[in-house]
Amino acid sequence: MNLGGFFAMGGYAAFVWPSYGLVLFALVWNAVAARRLHAAARRDAARRAGAGERA
Amino acid sequence: MTWTWLHKLASPPHAYRIAGRLAPWFGWPAFLLIVVGLYGGLVLAPPDYQQGDGFRILYVHAPSAWMSMFVYATLAVAAAIGLIWRIKLAHAMAAASAPIGAWFTFAALATGSLWGKPMWGAWWVWDARLTSELILLFLYLGYMALRGSFDDRDRADRASAVLAVVGVVNLPIIHYSVFWWNTLHQGSTITKIGKPSITGDMLWPLLTMLLAFTLYHVAVVLVRLRAEILRRERDAAWLREELVS
Repeated sequence: MNLGGFFAMGGYAAFVWPSYGLVLFALVWNAVAARRLHAAARRDAARRAGAGERA
Repeated sequence: MTWTWLHKLASPPHAYRIAGRLAPWFGWPAFLLIVVGLYGGLVLAPPDYQQGDGFRILYVHAPSAWMSMFVYATLAVAAAIGLIWRIKLAHAMAAASAPIGAWFTFAALATGSLWGKPMWGAWWVWDARLTSELILLFLYLGYMALRGSFDDRDRADRASAVLAVVGVVNLPIIHYSVFWWNTLHQGSTITKIGKPSITGDMLWPLLTMLLAFTLYHVAVVLVRLRAEILRRERDAAWLREELVS
C-alpha cells in the first residue's frame, strides 16, 4: 500500500486525522490524569499519616 | 444467604486494594485492542461506497458516543445505589466516572462535527441526536459543578446523585432520537432489528474498538475510584497501615 495515499485518506485527511488525534489525546490524557490524581491523593494521605504519627 | 462478601467488597480498604489489583487487567487488554482496532479501522477495512475513507471516523466516533452513554448509565446506577442504600463507595464510584464520561461525550460531539462537515456540509445542526448528546455533556458538567459547589461531601453526594438519576431520562432520548425524529444523523448500524447493515470486515474493527474503550474506561475509573477513596478516607486507620506497608 502506498503511504501517501494512506495519509491522504481519499481527500478526507483534514477530517479523519483530527478525529483520531483528538480521541487518542483524550484517551492518553484521561489515563495520565487518573494516575496523577491517585498519586497526589496518596502523597497527601501519607503526609497526613506522618503528621498523625508525630503528634 | 449471606451478604458479608458484599459488605466486605464495599468497605473502603477492600475496594481500594481490589481496584488496584484489577486495573492493569483491564488497562493492558484495552491498549492492545485499541492498537488492533486502529489497524483494522484505518488500514484493513475497505473504503465506504458512499463516504470513501471519510467513514473511518466511525471507529473513533461510535465508541466515544457509546461510552458517553454507557458511562452515564453506570454513573446513574451507582448514584442511585448510593442514595437508596447509603453506600458511600457507590457515591465515590459515581464521582469517579463523571470526568471520563464528559470527555467521551465531548469526543463524540467533536468527531461527529468533523464527520458532519464533509458529509452533511455543516459542522453542526440542531438535529435531535446531536442536541440530546449536547444535553448529555451539560448533564455531566452540571453533575461535576454541583458536586464542587458543596463543602460537605455527604450533601454533595446526595444532591449530585439526584441530578444524575433524573438525567437518565436523556439516555433513551439519545438512543431512540434517530427513530423518533427524522434526523440528519444516520440510524443505527449494529443494534438494528435483524442483521447489522455493515459488512464483516468493517464491523470487526468497530466491535474491537467498542470493547477496547469499555475496558479502558473500567481501568481508568478504577484508578480514579482509588483516588476518590483516599480523599474520603484520608484520616482512617487502615490507610495508615496501607501507606506504611
